[in-house]
Amino acid sequence: MKLKGLIKRKYAVTTKGNKKREVPEGIYVQCPKCKKSIYRPELKKTLGICPHCQYYYPLSARGRLGMIVDKNSFEEMDSDLKSSNPLEFEGYEEKLEKYKEKTKQNEAVLTGKATIEGQEVIIAIMDSGFMMGSMGQVVGEKIARAIERATLDKIPLIIFTASGGARMQEGIFSLMQMAKTSAALAKHDANGLLYISVLTDPTTGGVTASFATLGDIILAEPGALVGFAGPRVIEQTIKQKLPEGFQRAEFLMEKGQIDAIVKREEMRQTLAAILRLHQKKEVR
Amino acid sequence: MEEMKVRLEAVYKAINRLKKLDQTSEIKEEISRFQDVAEKLEIQISSQLEAWDKVQLARMIERPRARFYIDKICDEFIELHGDRFYADDQAIIGGVGSIEGKVVTIIAQSRGMTAKENMQMNFGMPHPEGYHKALRLMKQAEKFQRPVICLIDTPGAYCGIGAEERGQGAAIARNLFEMSTIKVPIISGVIGEGGSGGALALSIADKIFMQENAVYSILSPEGFASILWKDSGRAKEAANKMKLTAQDLLKYGIIDDVLLEPLGGAQKSPDATADSVKQYLIAQLDTLATINIEKLVQMRYERFRKIGMCL
Repeated sequence: MKLKGLIKRKYAVTTKGNKKREVPEGIYVQCPKCKKSIYRPELKKTLGICPHCQYYYPLSARGRLGMIVDKNSFEEMDSDLKSSNPLEFEGYEEKLEKYKEKTKQNEAVLTGKATIEGQEVIIAIMDSGFMMGSMGQVVGEKIARAIERATLDKIPLIIFTASGGARMQEGIFSLMQMAKTSAALAKHDANGLLYISVLTDPTTGGVTASFATLGDIILAEPGALVGFAGPRVIEQTIKQKLPEGFQRAEFLMEKGQIDAIVKREEMRQTLAAILRLHQKKEVR
Repeated sequence: MEEMKVRLEAVYKAINRLKKLDQTSEIKEEISRFQDVAEKLEIQISSQLEAWDKVQLARMIERPRARFYIDKICDEFIELHGDRFYADDQAIIGGVGSIEGKVVTIIAQSRGMTAKENMQMNFGMPHPEGYHKALRLMKQAEKFQRPVICLIDTPGAYCGIGAEERGQGAAIARNLFEMSTIKVPIISGVIGEGGSGGALALSIADKIFMQENAVYSILSPEGFASILWKDSGRAKEAANKMKLTAQDLLKYGIIDDVLLEPLGGAQKSPDATADSVKQYLIAQLDTLATINIEKLVQMRYERFRKIGMCL
């Protein structure tokens, strides 16, 4: 018994009870969807997609960045911004520290300038591993600054969303970030610039009700859950079970809410193509 | 606090009893003495209201709602229905009217004062088509160069299957986006509950007011407690933490003005409350009319841009 436990701990870790974790430690991992074992190095090769059932593991912001932008092209912005605790919410600062430690990021979004197949963009990537990707003042500020930079530099903007919504611990100040980011997008838009929004699992609440759904072009990863209210809240409100696949990317596509579903392995080339098709014409 | 409320109730009962008697001069004197006591108690109680008490006042079924204010404030009002795509959402009333001769578009979240009305209006919880209607009417206001007045009163945007299918999140987002550049003055005011993105979607304004006992927050206190403490029963504690009162939000510069209510709340004297809203709107419409519209839109941008900037 003892030996078995030891071996298990050392060589194989399941994702049970720790579903959120991106590509966990251990040589074999268990897919949270189909429960089959996956050889961990294999998972890296498949870009975090289960080879058996095509389940998409959540990616860290940096992990995703590496799959999208040209090598060594990324210049990070605003990695030093710090959250305040406006409601003096107990334990909030400690919680932030814990996530900073865990993700090595200052907040739930990574922003910066990069190129994709040589084309300049401002890119923001949310990280669901940092407090559920929730949006407080720093996330709102980083995204607003990224949008404003894109407007200033007259270049396209790409935002990958992954968020449980507005961050409760910062109360009304979080809510106002929805207004701030949407207004910044309106200015980018008024300058005739392209904004591509890429919805990844999960995108809900205040992020869905602001920049996530304001893209000129809205893409989604297969199976991504996207909605205003989370499924649990809806079930409690309407007191009935939700149909299979409700709020998933395929459902949104059917209801006319998004432009396209793009597989992870095709995301970079798809974005590059969209950027190419929106290049400003040379003024003669 | 509770003790004061009990005493106040006893005083009112005594006044009612005395009013039923022959109104001799002694009785009248006695009534006026009791009325003085009642007023003092009311003042004491209202000065000690906690955030949670205000949540209760904001939700009170007797509280005047949007339809009442529109009737009282406008010389004329023509309601305009529908989003032109799907339905007419009764949780949001819209239309064109005039206030002392000033023509405005009014868009208001609507709650009922009876159970039946509330069913009809979905308790003030709009669907996407409500927000689409609101945006349609704002664009119309922009075309005809008349200011927009939004009255906010919702527990939140509705959570349901149809709402999700028709893009609740996108509908709210689109309003935030469009309102930030609409080229007419916008005044928004919370007259009851300002719940979450559902309230924000009508609140991108040049002037934002709240009534004294209105509340405005990221989520209902029940929802907040449920998310953070997994216990919606701790709503009272949540409300007292969330900084959702008009006084708190004024302090943080989220809103511009607090409109006082009669002692004990708007429901105690609805007409006087409506008059205070009317006078406020007239004054603000006059002030906003003097500001160049490009400048006003830029100021609107900056008001939201600066929230959470001081880092």
